[in-house]
Amino acid sequence: MPVLTSTVNVKSEEFKENQAHMQAQVDDLNEKVTQIMQGGGQQSAERHISRGKLLPRERIEALLDPCTPFLEISQLAAWEVYDDYVPGAGVIAGIGRVEGVECMVVANDATVKGGTYYPLTVKKHLRAQAIAEENNLPCIYLVDSGGANLPRQDEVFPDKDHFGRIFFNQANMSAKNIPQIAVVMGSCTAGGAYVPAMADVSIIVKEQGTIFLGGPPLVKAATGEVVSAEELGGGDVHTRTSGVADQLANNDHHALTLARDAVARLNRVKPKQLDTKPAQEPLYGASEIYGIIPKDTRKTFDVRDVIARITDGSEFDEFKPLYGTTLICGFARLYGMPVGIVANNGILFGESALKGAHFIELCATRNIPLIFLQNITGFMVGKQYEAGGIAKHGAKMVTAVACANVPKLTVLIGGSFGAGNYGMCGRAYDPRFLFMWPNARISVMGGEQAAGVLAQVKRDQKARKGEDWSAEEEASFKQPVIDTYEHQGHPYFASARLWDDGVIDPADTRLVLGLSLSAALNKPIEPTKFGIFRM
Amino acid sequence: MINKLLIANRGEIACRVIRTARKLGISTVAVYSSADANALHVSMADEAVHIGPAPSKESYLKGEVILKHAKALNVDAIHPGYGFLSENAKFARACDEAGIIFIGPPEQAIAAMGSKSAAKNIMQDAGVPLVPGYHGDEQSSETLKHHANDMGYPVLLKAAAGGGGKGMRQVWSEDEFDDALNAAKREAMASFSDDIMLIEKYLTQPRHVEIQVFCDTQGNGVYLFERDCSVQRRHQKIIEEAPAPGISDDLRQNMGEAALKAAHAINYVGAGTVEFLLDADGRFYFMEMNTRLQVEHPVTEKITGEDLVEWQITVADGQPLPKGQADLKLTGHAFEARLYAEDPQHDFLPATGNLKLLRPPAESEHIRVDTGVVQGDEVSVYYDPMIAKLIVWDTNREKALQRLLSALRDYHVAGVTTNLSFLYNVASHPAFRKAELVTTFIETHHDSLFNQPGQNDDSLVPAAALLILLTQEKRDPSENIRSTPWDIPLAWRANHQLRQKLELVINQQTYELTVTHTGSTEKPNQWQVEHQDKVYNLTGHLEAHTLHAHVDGYQQRIGFSQDAAHYTLFSADGTIDVHYVAPDLGETDDAGAHSDFAAPMNGTVVDTMVSTGEKVKKGTTLIVMEAMKMEHAIKAPADGVVTEFFFAGGDLVDGGAQLLEFKIDE
Repeated sequence: MPVLTSTVNVKSEEFKENQAHMQAQVDDLNEKVTQIMQGGGQQSAERHISRGKLLPRERIEALLDPCTPFLEISQLAAWEVYDDYVPGAGVIAGIGRVEGVECMVVANDATVKGGTYYPLTVKKHLRAQAIAEENNLPCIYLVDSGGANLPRQDEVFPDKDHFGRIFFNQANMSAKNIPQIAVVMGSCTAGGAYVPAMADVSIIVKEQGTIFLGGPPLVKAATGEVVSAEELGGGDVHTRTSGVADQLANNDHHALTLARDAVARLNRVKPKQLDTKPAQEPLYGASEIYGIIPKDTRKTFDVRDVIARITDGSEFDEFKPLYGTTLICGFARLYGMPVGIVANNGILFGESALKGAHFIELCATRNIPLIFLQNITGFMVGKQYEAGGIAKHGAKMVTAVACANVPKLTVLIGGSFGAGNYGMCGRAYDPRFLFMWPNARISVMGGEQAAGVLAQVKRDQKARKGEDWSAEEEASFKQPVIDTYEHQGHPYFASARLWDDGVIDPADTRLVLGLSLSAALNKPIEPTKFGIFRM
Repeated sequence: MINKLLIANRGEIACRVIRTARKLGISTVAVYSSADANALHVSMADEAVHIGPAPSKESYLKGEVILKHAKALNVDAIHPGYGFLSENAKFARACDEAGIIFIGPPEQAIAAMGSKSAAKNIMQDAGVPLVPGYHGDEQSSETLKHHANDMGYPVLLKAAAGGGGKGMRQVWSEDEFDDALNAAKREAMASFSDDIMLIEKYLTQPRHVEIQVFCDTQGNGVYLFERDCSVQRRHQKIIEEAPAPGISDDLRQNMGEAALKAAHAINYVGAGTVEFLLDADGRFYFMEMNTRLQVEHPVTEKITGEDLVEWQITVADGQPLPKGQADLKLTGHAFEARLYAEDPQHDFLPATGNLKLLRPPAESEHIRVDTGVVQGDEVSVYYDPMIAKLIVWDTNREKALQRLLSALRDYHVAGVTTNLSFLYNVASHPAFRKAELVTTFIETHHDSLFNQPGQNDDSLVPAAALLILLTQEKRDPSENIRSTPWDIPLAWRANHQLRQKLELVINQQTYELTVTHTGSTEKPNQWQVEHQDKVYNLTGHLEAHTLHAHVDGYQQRIGFSQDAAHYTLFSADGTIDVHYVAPDLGETDDAGAHSDFAAPMNGTVVDTMVSTGEKVKKGTTLIVMEAMKMEHAIKAPADGVVTEFFFAGGDLVDGGAQLLEFKIDE
């Protein structure tokens, strides 16, 4: 297979400047994540530990196979969204290996607001379930939550994608033999009680876990009965009397061992569906990506230099290399798995869109998973292009992306603006996973462009009224728009609202994509049927 | 002519004898107890007969049963091995009467050496040197002192009725004698109401050196040089070697001739061992004579090139000794280390269990492994817990010792606690290297041989931590696992590095470490380990049973062996015991659920499976019931004893009835 030759000069001043710029962004990301990992802070952590409980991250470590990766999603969920500080939205979720089986793990963090469900907690939990369902991954819920956040009940309870959907998903995943395993390691109240009750396997920690529809205060209020939490819904009651839980664990570690044992008995065989080869590391260092991405977002870079740092042996068999050159398509391998890569190398023209649609059709027909590397300001505009049918060419690409049933993975490595986001498999196009780099930006169009459009409208209005508009006035009109777009287009803003599955270090891209793809392959690839391509 | 040989033994010695018999074209019959039905010695023999239940007094010690089978199978000779019936004069006579050759000395010789005091008298008469002593009735202080002066100081005063060190005194000079005698007498009187004293020469640096002798029925006798078995713990030999280091040719000849004199004194025939105490001044004294093939005979075989079992068979067949004294040559140096299932850290308590892993070093002209077990075998409570004898040979002691150390490093046993690391500690000890062999070797060097807590230097921490991290990441490839990035042994975490606590015990001392996983996909095996204020950067890999450790740029190769969470590291200075402390899973208190031992349904008691008062382990079947043509076992919920059974085999039981009373161990 052809090997990419990267001509990036790692000694150049520009490279070093770029590198420093990206490093600062990665450092900032790591700093935020480190802070988020502290959960609800030292005091609540100490209180949690004093009860003999493990912290949620310790629980995950004890659950996972030792020395294996953990593909955590949405670390930045709820970041600067609420007035309350709700790090990670009070829940940790990700894919990890348990007894050799890739599983979705969802762990409540009781140190964060008692593990109660804020709207974004619900969204993150549902996203984790969606990933599990789309990729056929067993779910392990480490439950330690006070249930719905009562002051925000209007945003967490009534609607379709609210709290109730969690149990709908459990039932429907169970129906598809996507095992649902609940480990009750703390409270599990009211609606939350259905997590273990709806699970296929339910484990509860002695004198620690409780399950009840109504807690002691509610019982007292309703019936006057005075009862302790342990008597009402402790492990003893549920494993000996009610049968709500199956196994009584001595402590957190024991419960997690039982959960591991349960996974070992699931009889899951990952389907073999791709022609794989032994993995090879790329020829170029992953961290060199830092120096490739220009500090100035308006500058361009050759996306092949990025691809050369992601694919096995830096190999890339480019499709139609001389046609529609602003969209790079080609075949490669990722950890031995065949993939088709679609990456932007400039604005999308009609030819680029046609080439993209063609390539996606090839991959879907051959059951080859697709990777989209987004850096797109949009489709070309202008009289000539509209007349050339750019809208219908773009539509063909969007149709192809929307209908392709092979696993799709998207990484936003630069801008993600307008219809380019659609054609390049944005969130609405159900990529199995979507990650952003810290330098990426997402909005309906660039801040400058949006401000320019709005300013143009304003200027026209003023012109109609015969008013003057000075350059300074125009600039001060535009600045807030630019600022808002910059703020709302920032990866932290996006990730906080779960528009993606997480912000990643560009140097981790190959590994993250590899882990994601491997997880996705737990689900047999279904045949694709495309919609009508407007010719 | 011996055509068919029965081996009245088990384990490694039975296998050892069968090997020679096979070489000589003699067909073999093994005997076995119920516990040994699938043992190696049974599978090696041409025929095998069952002789009784597991306890040896009901099987391997049942001479009449063995003899009955021997007659029925037309056996020509019986080899008793060592232990069991090997020094049983009655059995030797019974064989003789049955017309079957007993491969061992004549009955009278066994009997003569059977009583230690009688044996000493015989030897004294034959002019074999004995430890000087006075055992007389004349107890006046003057007489006693006179005898002490005669034998030369130091001497040992002992209460004739004594034991446990009471009434015992070392006396280093004549001046001290009277005070010591009075004190010893007072103590003896107080302890035993008897102050009769005996005096023995006190040997300050005694070595246990024994001579292998061989005599035939024609009256010929040779000695096959000596073995040094000084390294012992409570008369249990640990490492034996031949020749004894530092013995001059003259002394060797003197000892050899004295041993032959002893053998001839009792008209000895066959293989025998005369044990001497050798004092620092080169004087030696008769201790006892073993009228059998010794456990440690292979070291003699290695330095002489002779097969002693073959010699035994030859002599038993009535033929002359294969070689005369002048034809025997001593070549090189040999060691034997006895690998036992026992726990040196707990007073050498015998260990039992399943030999989940048993991988001896490869055999060669330098390495010999005599064993009676294979991987998967059970080490039971019924017999001597010896797993194997590791015998090494090379042209001199230094080289042979190198071989011994490397062979011990290459010996891998899991599933049963062994003395392997203790053997290594002995063999690698500077005093052992320098051949400072005395019978008090273990006591003298106790602290450095037993991996005592508190003698650690923290430099062991990084290698121990690395070993645990590397073995943890190794996963069994199963059908379910294919090549994917999930297979990379890398605790990768998004946008942070994983920090974990790691608790381990090194030589009984606990260490709490913090491990940061610093690896990347390009270099997965990288860790930073913090211990108190020290930080180590670790990387490395495992290659079979060798740890390649890189600690802050320093590279080292260390052999190790693993048994579940227990690791032994073999360093140049001895072994390091490392134990990974797994998370506490709590105590599952299911005793409460079963404490009433109620019959699960109406049915019949098949049998009670243990006796009342017998200590049983958790999970042991206590009683078996039958109902609906199905058997139901009632098991012990915890370690404890059945204090009473309310039903016996055949009794009809109503569902819910109390079957037994069980007391859980505190």
